[in-house]
Amino acid sequence: MIYDIAVIGCGVIGAAAAFELSRYRVSLLILEKENDIAMGATRANSAIIHAGYDPKPGTLMAELNVKGNAMAEQLCKDLSVPFSRVGSLVLAFSESEMDTVRELYRRGTENGVPGIRILTADEVFAMEPEVSREVKGALYAPTAGIINPWDYAIAFAETAVVNGAEVKRNAKVTGIDRLGDRYLLHTSAGDFEARYVINAAGTGSEAIHNMVSEKSFTMMPNRGEYYLLDKCEGSRANHVLFQCPNQDGKGVLISPTVGGNLIVGPNAVGTNEPDRPKNTASGMAFVREKAAKTMPSLTYRNSIRNFSGIRANTDQDEFQIGIAAENFIDLAGIKSPGLSSAPAIALKAVELLKECGFTAEVRSDAVTTRKKIRFRALDEDGRRAVIRENPLYGRIICRCETVTEGEIVDAIHSPVPPCSVDGIKRRAGTGMGRCQGGFCGPRVVEILRRELGIGALDILQDGEGSFILKSETKTEVDG
Amino acid sequence: MYDLIIIGGGPAGLAAANSAWENGLRKILIVERDREPGGILNQCIHNGFGLHRFKEELTGPEYAGRFISMVGNTGVEIMTDTMVLEINKEHEVHVISAAEGYRVLKAKSIVLAMGCRERTRGAIAIPGDRPAGVFTAGSAQRYLNMEGYMVGKRVIILGSGDIGLIMARRMTLEGARVLACVEVMPYSGGLMRNIVQCLQDWNIPLYLSHTITDIRAENGRVSHVTVMRVDESRNPVPGTEMEFDCDTVLLSVGLIPENELTRSAGIEMDPRTNGAVVYENMETSAPGIFACGNVVHVHDLVDYVSAESERAGAAAAKYVLDNPCDDPFISVRAGSDIGYTVPMKIRVNRVDKAADVFFRVRRVFRSSVIEVSANGETLFTFKRDHMAPGEMEHILLPRKVLDAAAGKDITVSAREAE
Repeated sequence: MIYDIAVIGCGVIGAAAAFELSRYRVSLLILEKENDIAMGATRANSAIIHAGYDPKPGTLMAELNVKGNAMAEQLCKDLSVPFSRVGSLVLAFSESEMDTVRELYRRGTENGVPGIRILTADEVFAMEPEVSREVKGALYAPTAGIINPWDYAIAFAETAVVNGAEVKRNAKVTGIDRLGDRYLLHTSAGDFEARYVINAAGTGSEAIHNMVSEKSFTMMPNRGEYYLLDKCEGSRANHVLFQCPNQDGKGVLISPTVGGNLIVGPNAVGTNEPDRPKNTASGMAFVREKAAKTMPSLTYRNSIRNFSGIRANTDQDEFQIGIAAENFIDLAGIKSPGLSSAPAIALKAVELLKECGFTAEVRSDAVTTRKKIRFRALDEDGRRAVIRENPLYGRIICRCETVTEGEIVDAIHSPVPPCSVDGIKRRAGTGMGRCQGGFCGPRVVEILRRELGIGALDILQDGEGSFILKSETKTEVDG
Repeated sequence: MYDLIIIGGGPAGLAAANSAWENGLRKILIVERDREPGGILNQCIHNGFGLHRFKEELTGPEYAGRFISMVGNTGVEIMTDTMVLEINKEHEVHVISAAEGYRVLKAKSIVLAMGCRERTRGAIAIPGDRPAGVFTAGSAQRYLNMEGYMVGKRVIILGSGDIGLIMARRMTLEGARVLACVEVMPYSGGLMRNIVQCLQDWNIPLYLSHTITDIRAENGRVSHVTVMRVDESRNPVPGTEMEFDCDTVLLSVGLIPENELTRSAGIEMDPRTNGAVVYENMETSAPGIFACGNVVHVHDLVDYVSAESERAGAAAAKYVLDNPCDDPFISVRAGSDIGYTVPMKIRVNRVDKAADVFFRVRRVFRSSVIEVSANGETLFTFKRDHMAPGEMEHILLPRKVLDAAAGKDITVSAREAE
């Protein structure tokens, strides 16, 4: 079969592009090198939908960030993705940082960011009682938001699949040939043909670009480390609290998350191991030191997890979006504010495909919404109602996050079904809480076994090879 | 309307139920989230339980079984596979289950007996990759003893808490190689008998003042661990690196009382125990709501959990059958080298012959004196040959000592014997 369009990479960018394209009458293939989607930069980042005052005016980053931010609210409502427009503050700790704040205000105004204004220190203290008394003022951006980033990507991909798209996982693209009017994609899961190709391969996007075109940018992956604190710390910040940006990026932030936790981080360290998001003692110490400047009272006594993410940074101060070769679109080098820009980048991809001659009719029957039951978010009546509909919503499996067996079973049978305990975590939220899956892990394994009819020893924690259990105990009896 | 709803059907909840029944309550309900009562004892298949309570050595399931059959001989109702979502000071308990749906139950009194959970990798910020093969000791124990699976073959244990020590022996018996037990403190966090029986008897080295400084992965699973010695401020000492080739890391780095329900009900908490502030009868700051067992403070021996919970159950019965108590109280303060005390408050009028006071010391003592004082004046002393943070201490404070405090707060402190 020849697909109309192949999307390489199913992070939030590839998934958003697939979602947008699935509104058209096309055959659509999504290739993902990992065993699940949303496994790269999308799974581990600050989970912020930026307002858009940060990128230089006139750049694609500025345009797509502001546009993507404006699109996020309705999309999240339609697709049942946790999102909250909490607003952000860029804190200034000196007069020279107030200059930076004023510069960001000018940029924001030029970029068309709605509602931004400069706050006095007292206004900041009234909004954020726990911030340092050293704060001199701040830039307030009411449109900044917090989101569940992997669910954003999963929602896009699931909806695309409902509309007929196919997702091939464990399909790493290893080479691309031009065959007449189409591309032949060699992958670790076999060969595929497509008329149009979209490169959304994250940190792998330079390698993919170079398979069809001259090298035009260099990937410079960059690792950022984080702390995630228990929900009992979640109300320490009411907004996303940034420090003034510097040459290393947006600096260490403190923010509530949509799950009710507090996120603290990241640092920024170049890495030549883009598939290895590890934590380091120095990185975690750096985050603690910088965060203390924003909030001296912050402690890590209630830390529930450290993690790190890899940014798809390049040597260019701009997204690498464009036509890389005939009928071949790059959505490459998507660094921050990539998550914020994702739906706008998807629209841009459609525009570029049309420039390449892509014509397809818009489907009137395309699905653009997703329903998802989140037991924890329901009120008492809602809870009673879903348990009546399916008693499995009455059995709590993850006690920390109040996730029911019904939600886990929903996840297992979702349009892009997970194959690992962490895949369930990303879809249902199990193991996200303070016990980090210590209690619910064995029960999730049991439900996966039952629903998929596989053995416990075959169940993965996360990526390929990450087997949880080694063997059965004393199965063989001699004599 | 129940007389008493007990949240949690582990050793604490079972003992409280039995005692409340014996003290005259008749409408008692235990709500248990798991499929059967017994709590964490069900996965503790080793022996050593019950030496104090039953004067014999039982396994965890046997110990739980004793209480399950005692409760079975009463009219106490046990609701399993049922989760409590919320409680409040009006004694309403919101529960859900697959079988019965969402319900709001009411009671004249409540006993909190939710137990504790293990600290995780996230709580101690171990650097390195984030592969499969890092487990808390308790979850590995569940996989091994309840589900019948080995989580690994070459194991490093971080922390010398009792569950980690027990698992060192258990994994060895199942054919795994336990390469080391690594403890950041200069002393073990577990019971001496477990150090001997679970490590020394199996030639498993215990590295005190050491920690894991890096976890590395190959193909998604733990492959190597770096262990380093730490200085007095627990910072790794360069040049002391030891590399271990292993597939598993078990964490036994502490237990945290599980008090989310308690907090959300607005009950006063103690930051040192992470449990509720309790009076001598295990009543919390919310009248008619009692707490007992590991949800109040982490115990070493289940025997003491049972004893404490029996006091809580009896007190709940007294609360329901007599009348609520607002007698004046004195505070019990943790003095020098004392981590915390339970109870934190004593209503002296309510103490019959003596008040049980439990505490942990902050460092290892040999020959030592526990001193109880009020207003700088020593009221009573107790002698001990050995005390360690890993071993909970207990004193019985006679009523006359409490009376001698004359309404002043008392302080418990520890010092070397002269």
